[in-house]
Amino acid sequence: MSALDAVPARFRVGDRVRVRRADPPGHVRTPWYCRGHVGTIERLCGAFANPEELAYNRPGRPAQPLYRVRFVAAELWPDYRERAADAVEVEIFQHWLEAA
Amino acid sequence: MSAAPSDSAGYYRRMQAAVEELLILKGIVTPAEVQRQVDAMDARSYKRGAQMVARAWCDPAYKARMLAGGSAAAEELGLEVGPLRLIVVENTARVHNVIVCTLCSCYPRMLLGIPPEWYKSRAYRSRVVRAPRAVLAEFGTVLPDDVELRVHDSTADMRYMVLPLRPRGTDGWDEARLAALVTRDSLIGVARLPDQG
Repeated sequence: MSALDAVPARFRVGDRVRVRRADPPGHVRTPWYCRGHVGTIERLCGAFANPEELAYNRPGRPAQPLYRVRFVAAELWPDYRERAADAVEVEIFQHWLEAA
Repeated sequence: MSAAPSDSAGYYRRMQAAVEELLILKGIVTPAEVQRQVDAMDARSYKRGAQMVARAWCDPAYKARMLAGGSAAAEELGLEVGPLRLIVVENTARVHNVIVCTLCSCYPRMLLGIPPEWYKSRAYRSRVVRAPRAVLAEFGTVLPDDVELRVHDSTADMRYMVLPLRPRGTDGWDEARLAALVTRDSLIGVARLPDQG
């Protein structure tokens, strides 16, 4: 997939981002548990066809930047009883993220 | 699927068989081609991942390349990865990593083979992000409090493999002997490798 048909990356490593709290119908690969939560960009994985389109046999272009976002476990789960520094890292497409 | 009625596995198996039969009748694939792919998948095992780990333990430059790009590092050892995009996460004295796919059961099959049943279970997938230390303890893995635990959820296009800590007491071991120490569960991150000697 050429860079030309990819949406430019808006976020950089270390940026704080919030996952949109949305509930669109259809095939979505953003886990429910991280929607509405704030995390930190750990890396940019590249740009990939949008799975929400691919699932319905559409081309999924332009490709969406895909990030790994690191969440502090205690922020995801207010009643987290294990170690406060623990983390969960999730792959999230750019159209699910906004600056926090 | 695990929450569906108990007949769901039977339903999907029947659907798979019906589609396979149609593809063969229409001449799109042959039974021999299907069998070749099944055999190829059965032949893949975590021993491939173990080979990469042993090389990384012995060769710091290889380890650096593996952490920068897992798929290229696999191909460097002659391991075919197909479309797999691999991220290798390194365990250290301070950080322990564990892999899950909460949405389905994504797994680096090209390097680790068929995933274990528990990896695909709803219990593992939902609990390991919520109470990971409790889940690890059920595997007999008790992490010290000063070790940070990172859970990696394979939600999209990347797949993950853990680079376990090299066991103590293995100085001077060659790669083949080291690779034999590496377990499947240590590559998923639910186990650590015991020290030797």
